[in-house]
Amino acid sequence: MSLIKIRNVSHAFESDDGPIKVLKNLDLSVERDSLTAVVGPSGCGKSTLTRLISGLLKPDRGEIFLEGEKVVSPRSNVGMAFQNPVLLEWRTILDNIMLPLEIVAPKMPKKEKVGRAERLLSLVGLADFAGRRPSELSGGMRQRASLCRAIVHKPKVLIMDEPFGALDAFTREDLWQVLLDVKAEEPFTGLLITHDLRESIFLADQVAVLSGRPAMTQYLMDVEFSEKRNIELLFTAKSTAMLKELRKQIRIAQAS
Amino acid sequence: MRLKRVFIPIVATLLFLIFWELVVWLNDWPNYKMASPSDLGPAFLKYWELFFIMGWQTLWRTVIGLLISILFGVLIGMVMGMSKTMREALYPLLVGFNAIPKATVVPIVALMFVGAHDFNTILIAFMISFFPIAVSISIGLSTLEAEYRDILRSLGASDMTIFWKIALPKTLPEFFGALKVSVSLAFIGTNLMEIVSPHGRGLGALFDSGKTNSDYPLMFAVLITLAVLGIVLYYIVVLLEQTFAGWAEKETY
Repeated sequence: MSLIKIRNVSHAFESDDGPIKVLKNLDLSVERDSLTAVVGPSGCGKSTLTRLISGLLKPDRGEIFLEGEKVVSPRSNVGMAFQNPVLLEWRTILDNIMLPLEIVAPKMPKKEKVGRAERLLSLVGLADFAGRRPSELSGGMRQRASLCRAIVHKPKVLIMDEPFGALDAFTREDLWQVLLDVKAEEPFTGLLITHDLRESIFLADQVAVLSGRPAMTQYLMDVEFSEKRNIELLFTAKSTAMLKELRKQIRIAQAS
Repeated sequence: MRLKRVFIPIVATLLFLIFWELVVWLNDWPNYKMASPSDLGPAFLKYWELFFIMGWQTLWRTVIGLLISILFGVLIGMVMGMSKTMREALYPLLVGFNAIPKATVVPIVALMFVGAHDFNTILIAFMISFFPIAVSISIGLSTLEAEYRDILRSLGASDMTIFWKIALPKTLPEFFGALKVSVSLAFIGTNLMEIVSPHGRGLGALFDSGKTNSDYPLMFAVLITLAVLGIVLYYIVVLLEQTFAGWAEKETY
């Protein structure tokens, strides 16, 4: 059974010129412990999709299920990471990462919280920065910290809205690897919104191309590599063929 | 480095006093035109007891007025910051109220609550100083990026939790910025009322009696005392700011 199941979801926003349809009859399923990348033209409603899955918004029509349970409100088994790392400047990196635990598990002993946060920090290579303030970290490091915060409470689902969008190309590639390493240690079911087609095939098990607004799932591609994922794989003929197909689909989506 | 931070302001103040003395001396002004720093010493010595009594009066009224300002300002700022409807409803009222020069309100209040001198004074100190606080809190809350809210809201946190854990601490730097302005405003409010109110108390009343008795050095001594009290309160706010919002200060080299 799929862990995330989006069934026939439609959603519109109110505006002065009447409702704007953002999503229309959208279907999408994500298997347990797999990662699905969602790509599509700008402004096609990808971010709306993340807010619907996390329960921050209610769809006008259709249903969303997490582990077979219908999403009607925000719940603690979801983690979120955005393009803006939104770390709290008045807290140290360690305290930032423990924030979700304060909400989800207020009774967990402090020592356990710290242990959990420190483990994640060393997993992403920030062990020496636990006591620093966010302003002392580089953009890539902040995004690593943001990733730790998103999964500190062991969410079933990790929703990422262009988490690497603001980083330079090299830092971005480093973080792709970090994300794969973290996922190997701390499995989660992921949904990744991105504009970067290379990123989508490098990280995801499935790539969904959304059509232009109002968006629906236009195209699905399964991504399978026979060997362990490394950046070299992006330069193979197989990857090039996948990227070509995705690019073609985006063109179609833009025209729609 | 620390020594330098104490040393520079002291030297600057001394230089200012020397300059003042020099200007008065060079122009050969009598003390009813412009008192000089050397006139102030005798005035303080002569009335030192009054300065303590009146200074205390002014100080506690200002502080109470300021505390009420903080309570009311934060409350109304919260209401406006969290609800768009309330913001649209209250903003014009607040701006209009703030646009009225408080000097014109002083006689009205003095007449309205005649005899209740402490109450009058605190009321004006409050009325003149809450506006920056209310505006800073409302802007701080209403400009909170959606993502900040979402990281907690997506975990099912309540609005109150979001306010305490994120919105309030994030607004503190703006709040302290506004509080620094409000401190000076509250002093102005207190003194306006103390000067206008008959048989008043406080430094404003002392200033007024100096005027009545043509004791010009006394008037200048009151001004200097007000300045000193203002500086003290200001730096207390700075100290609080460094304690509670020190994280917002960026390292500068």
